[in-house]
Formats: sequence, structure tokens, C-alpha cells
Amino acid sequence: MQDHNKRFVERDRNWHPPAYAPGYKTTVARSPQQALVSMQQASTSELTGPDFRHLRMGSHDNDLLLNFRQDPAQGQGLPVGERIIMFGRVVDQFGKPVPHTLVEMWQANAGGRYRHKNDRYLAPLDPNFGGVGRTLTDEQGWYHFRTIKPGPYPWPNDPNSWRPSHIHVSVMGPSISTRLITQMYFEGDPLIPLCPIVHTLKDADAVETMIGRLDMARSKPMDCLAYRFDLVVRGELQTYFENQ
Amino acid sequence: MKQPNTVPASELMLRETASQTAGPYVHIGLALAAAGNPTRDEEIWNEMAKPEAEGEHIEVVGTVIDGNGDLVRDAFLEAWQADANGAYQPEYDLKKPFNSFGRTATTFDHGSEWSLKTVKPGQVAHPNGQPMAPHINLAIFARGVNVHLQTRLYFEDEADANAECPVLSRIESPTRRQTLIAKREEIDGKVCYRLDIKLQGEGETVFFDF
Repeated sequence: MQDHNKRFVERDRNWHPPAYAPGYKTTVARSPQQALVSMQQASTSELTGPDFRHLRMGSHDNDLLLNFRQDPAQGQGLPVGERIIMFGRVVDQFGKPVPHTLVEMWQANAGGRYRHKNDRYLAPLDPNFGGVGRTLTDEQGWYHFRTIKPGPYPWPNDPNSWRPSHIHVSVMGPSISTRLITQMYFEGDPLIPLCPIVHTLKDADAVETMIGRLDMARSKPMDCLAYRFDLVVRGELQTYFENQ
Repeated sequence: MKQPNTVPASELMLRETASQTAGPYVHIGLALAAAGNPTRDEEIWNEMAKPEAEGEHIEVVGTVIDGNGDLVRDAFLEAWQADANGAYQPEYDLKKPFNSFGRTATTFDHGSEWSLKTVKPGQVAHPNGQPMAPHINLAIFARGVNVHLQTRLYFEDEADANAECPVLSRIESPTRRQTLIAKREEIDGKVCYRLDIKLQGEGETVFFDF
């Protein structure tokens, strides 16, 4: 294994949200106070990661319209909400597609309620909606999900904080160094600029990387709208010269 | 198309998508049973080693504790480790006796412990040629954690290897190195290692950037 010739572009910690971001109150007691210890030179432990091509997925794992329906045998029961296709490409910082990588997502239903035993929000569960999906990117790094647009919901932070509609997105990439969990927001949502979690980012350009864009060309007439959400993971570099 | 050599090199590169917290309901997406939901045929979870896997079978457990000393009950963790021979097995396949990757979560019940069923990893070489002490790489995700935290778990009974490990030695404070050393326990004849992860304050766990 020639891992030692490989490295990843440094993660820009000023681009990502800081650990301590007091406007998002839960960070206050959960943020380390000590500096991160830099590895300086990554080893095989950091340069490798899991490959999920042999993980057996269900036929509807990426189709949230169908993967929790109450009565699949009868072909009945669809979730309430705006039907959407969420799709995009996983590429690295040099624009190179990341093929066969695991993309997972989870979300609230159209009323803003999660199917989770701790979510007690007033809005009801949808009997036909689970809110979880997973898929592998194809050869060119593309992934696709079909789902409904999640609703906004209130949460205890400021006296009246609301989360914008969002889908949680998790991507592995080629190594544990590229591991990333983010959230996709919906273009034009007026709650985005009000959200304390969005505000953990200091750079407005960084917020733009989390906006799913309405794509009319990929929408299906008389069926569903499409939102495109490309993911960029850390770029892989090769070392061409010996270390002496 | 841009004319070559006319813009700073950094502008020719894309920025990484920004990180956001995994939130309080991470379980519905990545730890379905912990959310109280039905699981799919194949889930990525905490049984990294089946009984037939080669090596010393161990359980690794711990809690996650916040800056107030309270349990973090909604943490989600990912583990990445070498097999007993010191080789990473990247190909994740539930049919194999051992997988290098695993997932676990703290729980909403009393003890709120995460746990991994695995084998003790062998040594892996550092690029400088020295062996690194046996370790498990851990990533911690939770509500209130904006970018996942990365740490390593080492083993108490590997004192000599730990003393020589080039990564542990990167930690300037010897006191802080101790925050990564899991304590060996034996419960009903089974070997168990415990590492409580402290996110903040006294005894704060060392977290790495790489």
C-alpha cells in the first residue's frame, strides 16, 4: 500500500464552524478548550477508510417515498409533503469525482417531526415516512434520493428559534480524513439567515456550500421538483519527492 | 476558461462543503435501533469482530462527558482500527469475520455507554518507520459538536509500545497523553477496556487534527 505517498489538503478550521459558538448554546459545554493536536504527518490510520461497495442495500434505501410505506404489499400509502428529488455529485477539492462512496441522509417529515423516540414536537408522525436514506455514488460520483421536503420546526435555543427546512447529509469519501456530516438547506428559505446553527459559520461563502439549488431541468413534470446538492470533500494529493 | 497562471493557486481549488452538527436525532439516520426504529437488512454497527475473527476478543466501552461533568446521551461514534495483525481491512462486508469500521452511540438510559465488540488491533507503522502503539481511531459526533472530534484510544497494558508511539509522543503534555489510555477491566472473564471521553474541562480528552 502506497499510502505514505498520499495526503489530503489540510482542513481549513476557519472555514468550518468553530467548536465554541455560543449563539448555538449546546456548543458551550461541548466544545474542547484545549487546542487540537496536529498530527503533522498522517499515517495509514488516517489515510485509509472503509469501502462500502459490499454493503447490501435494500431496493428502496434511497427512496424515502417508498421505504417506510405502511402497506407496501397493497402498493398503497405515500408520505404527505412536497415530492422532491435530491441529487448531486460528490467531488474532491480538485473537482475529481468520488465514486462508490456512501452517502446517507436523514430528515424530519413534512410537518417538521422526526421519527425518533425523543422528538415530542406537536406535529404528528407520518405513518408512511421514516426519514432515512442511504446510497452509494456511481462511477462519476453522482447520488440520488427521492423524498419529501422536510418542514421547519421550533427548538429550544433562543426563546423562539426555528430550524429552516434541512436534510442531514453524511458522506464518507476515500478516507476517514474526508469524513463529513453537514446539512442541506433549501434555496430561498427565509429561516436560513435566522438560524443559530447556520450562524456558527463565520463566512457567508461557507453557508452557500450548504444550499440545495432548485433544478427545474431535473424536475419531473406533474411529479416532483428537484434540488441539486453537490458535496465537496478534501482533495487528495500525491507526494512526488522523497522526504530527504 | 481561465487563463493559466493568472489567478492565485488557492482559487483553482474548491472549498470543502462546510460541516454542521449531526444534531440530536442523528440516530434516525446512522443508528436506527437507538432511535427506536426498525433496522434494514444490513446496518453498520458495533460488532466489528465475529467470534471466528483472529485475535484477542475485547469489548471497548465508555461514556462521553461534557464540560459540566454530565453524560452526553446523544453522541454517535465511529471507529476505525487495524485487525489483530496490524492491517486495515477497508472492504466493509458483514460476511467477513472482522471489519475495520464500526459505529456505536451513547444511550438514553442510565449508564449511557457506547460499546464496540472487536479484537485488539495490531501495530501499524508510522510513515517515519516506527511502529505506532495499538490504537482505535474514534470520531465523535453529537448535538452541539459542529465538526466531529477525532481521537485515538490506546491500551493500558501496552505501556512499552505507548511510550514509544510517535503519535502519542506528539502530545506535549504527558498528563494529557493519559486521556487516551483505556483501562483494562475483566467482567465475567471477558476482557473489557474503558475510555471515558471528556469533551471539555478538567481531564479533557486529546483531540487530533489531521
